[in-house]
Amino acid sequence: MKIARVVGTVVSTIEHPAFEGRKLLVCDLLGADGEPDGSYVLASDTVGAGAGETVLLIDEGNSARQVVGLETAPIRSIVVGVVDEVRVDGGDWSV
Amino acid sequence: MQLGRVMGTVVATEKAEGLDGVRFLIVQPLDRRKEPSGLPVVAADAVAMAGPGELIYFVGAREAAQALPETFVPVDHAIVGIVDAVEELRS
Repeated sequence: MKIARVVGTVVSTIEHPAFEGRKLLVCDLLGADGEPDGSYVLASDTVGAGAGETVLLIDEGNSARQVVGLETAPIRSIVVGVVDEVRVDGGDWSV
Repeated sequence: MQLGRVMGTVVATEKAEGLDGVRFLIVQPLDRRKEPSGLPVVAADAVAMAGPGELIYFVGAREAAQALPETFVPVDHAIVGIVDAVEELRS
């Protein structure tokens, strides 16, 4: 899993049926210091994550399909948790 | 998944079994500010409605093939949605 910050949403009318009914979030991936590392992922929301929140993200297909309950779907990236706190050596992150 | 811009189409008459009828498009991956990032890829069009110039999102790796009617096929990028808007959120 990865830790990311929600920075936006993608609005889409024409999409694969597997994505219908779930918000698609723009998530900045965070580095070891808790700051964005420059990369991002578009991930389907499964927990009701909102703007600016630090989230747990899975970027692996089998786990993603298991969570959304579909055996065959082109889903790979999903948000599966909202992070309350991260403690690391050298200082806690502000989440 | 990432954002991408459709740059063109690819036509291949001879291709692997299971790929008949699948449209292939050239996609330039974008960063989240919609600037080009990295090399273009050939992606299968799983929404069957994407066209040149369009802003789309695509899935990579094994999951790409799962977007197609025939799922056990050699495809590593697939367009799974057309973007109407990317809205930046303010916390």
